[in-house]
Amino acid sequence: MSLSEYKGIFVFAEQRDRKVQKVALELIGKGKELAKELQTTVTAVLLGKDMLDEAKKLNYAGADKVIYVDDDALDLYMTEPYVHVLNAIVKDKKPEIVLFGASAIGRDLAPRVSARVHTGLTADCTSLAIAQDDDDSTKLNLMMTRPAFGGNIMATIACPNFRPQMATIRPGVMKEAPYSENNKVNIEEYKIEIPASCVNVQILETVKIIQEKMNVEDATVLVSGGRGMKGPENYAMLEELADLLGGTISASRAAVDAGWVAKDRQVGQTGKTVRPNLYIACGISGAIQHLAGMEESDLIIAINKDEYAPMFEVADVGIVGDVFKVVPALIEELKKAGRVAK
Amino acid sequence: MNIVVCIKQVPDTTEVKLDPKTGTLIRDGVPSIINPDDKAGLEAALRLKDEQGAKVTVVSMGPPQADLALREAMAMGADEAILVTDRAFGGADTWATSTTLAAALNKLSYDLIITGRQAIDGDTAQVGPQIAEHLKLANISYAEEIKVDGDYITVKRQYEDRYDVIKAKLPILITALAELNQPRYMSPGGIFDAYREKQVIVWTLKDLEVDLNNIGLKGSPTKVKKSFTKGAKQAGKVYNVDPLESAEIIVNKMKEKFIL
Repeated sequence: MSLSEYKGIFVFAEQRDRKVQKVALELIGKGKELAKELQTTVTAVLLGKDMLDEAKKLNYAGADKVIYVDDDALDLYMTEPYVHVLNAIVKDKKPEIVLFGASAIGRDLAPRVSARVHTGLTADCTSLAIAQDDDDSTKLNLMMTRPAFGGNIMATIACPNFRPQMATIRPGVMKEAPYSENNKVNIEEYKIEIPASCVNVQILETVKIIQEKMNVEDATVLVSGGRGMKGPENYAMLEELADLLGGTISASRAAVDAGWVAKDRQVGQTGKTVRPNLYIACGISGAIQHLAGMEESDLIIAINKDEYAPMFEVADVGIVGDVFKVVPALIEELKKAGRVAK
Repeated sequence: MNIVVCIKQVPDTTEVKLDPKTGTLIRDGVPSIINPDDKAGLEAALRLKDEQGAKVTVVSMGPPQADLALREAMAMGADEAILVTDRAFGGADTWATSTTLAAALNKLSYDLIITGRQAIDGDTAQVGPQIAEHLKLANISYAEEIKVDGDYITVKRQYEDRYDVIKAKLPILITALAELNQPRYMSPGGIFDAYREKQVIVWTLKDLEVDLNNIGLKGSPTKVKKSFTKGAKQAGKVYNVDPLESAEIIVNKMKEKFIL
């Protein structure tokens, strides 16, 4: 394999319900930064059904090119049809880098594609950079940094001798590029046959979990509760505080495991990575697994009665006090300052 | 039905603490456990065995001390345990690990292979799907419910915002979530058998059909360039004042940061 034959950055554009997912736009944003350094282009690869119009969004989000494959077998995510198509595209187009979102789809798809292509894959990256190869100064490698060991250790990983270099990227970590409908639409409708044998599973039903609340990854303000909230009934005051600040609630693993808060609210290593403008941690001690998911927040306020809680080590403002007194006082203060719930 | 469960022995990362002065990990005294997702996978296999009869084989790749995890699995009810261990396998990334494990699985008969979704020390979630790829098997990841009926399996497959109910024909590989169940404890009789009666079968390089170029550090496409602990963020100010004053401090800080 001549590594220099491999050119361009490919981004797997995840879709659900025929809608492009936010993580795809984030990957395009990061891809553009890397492409600038490598003097190459960003191609978004979209697999789906009747999505030609939706595919334009990927150009608007900054992709130089879109490869779109339309097939019934690609409407709902199934492992093998997706692997079959992506493997064919990678072998045909020979990109040097392929990025996936580290979602429940990306983390199933990317491992199989990398195994079929025989190349390396780095999981759940939180930062990407380009660096010169140690031995060959003409070669540029992707440096993929990821947390391991429950977020305690960061490791920087390269894939120097195989192409494409593949990575899954944590949703919510990379910044989108500016979105413009003036961007040129450049879509290649890629034709490929998907043999019937590829459809080796049958989806009997799809059940959506109704989300009445804003996604935690999308919120600019998160009011987060932990074990110190003592029970599900006490989240009402956190909801009220979040409403006043135009945000939503989230939780630590302890609160989710206790069944007080739905799983989709969980922030941390095994939950969501968030970086809101404001993160208010109420009764969360701050296990490292939790900190790994929220420490990039712009402003962190921690309220906890234990003055030795590790949360205070990452908080910009720490309040040692009873969350059941401080939160109502804060709600009153905000109302006095003229805040009303949205 | 032959069920093979892949398990990994991991340090209990929830017990890991950071040294507040140096920012490095304190690993001393951290216990080793069966990775939680894998243990749920094992429990799922044991329940299938209880309900409809099955032979459950556990396989672990790791250093010799992973013997302990395999004996725990047998004490829970697994029938047979295989330790895949050799210096030549060391330093493997997920590609080389899955290649090695697939070679071991190739020597076994299986209708169902269960792996955990991911290990708590690496968190990659890659080895399960990659084993399936090497074995040319279908896979269903993120299983939160498993039912087997004759030659077919039905899996509740978790996504962030939904779940799919997926039906597929055996043989297949499933990756299990810790939410799948509450694993049983070892039974006293099981412990006795696991430590006195049963043996952990050890497979080394010579027992597997693998290409040396595809295993261990040498066979790993990815290379760790460096690892480091995250620099601790500068701690802010901690106040121990009454609720009203606390509220004022918070509101002032929000104003300062233009959140209000």
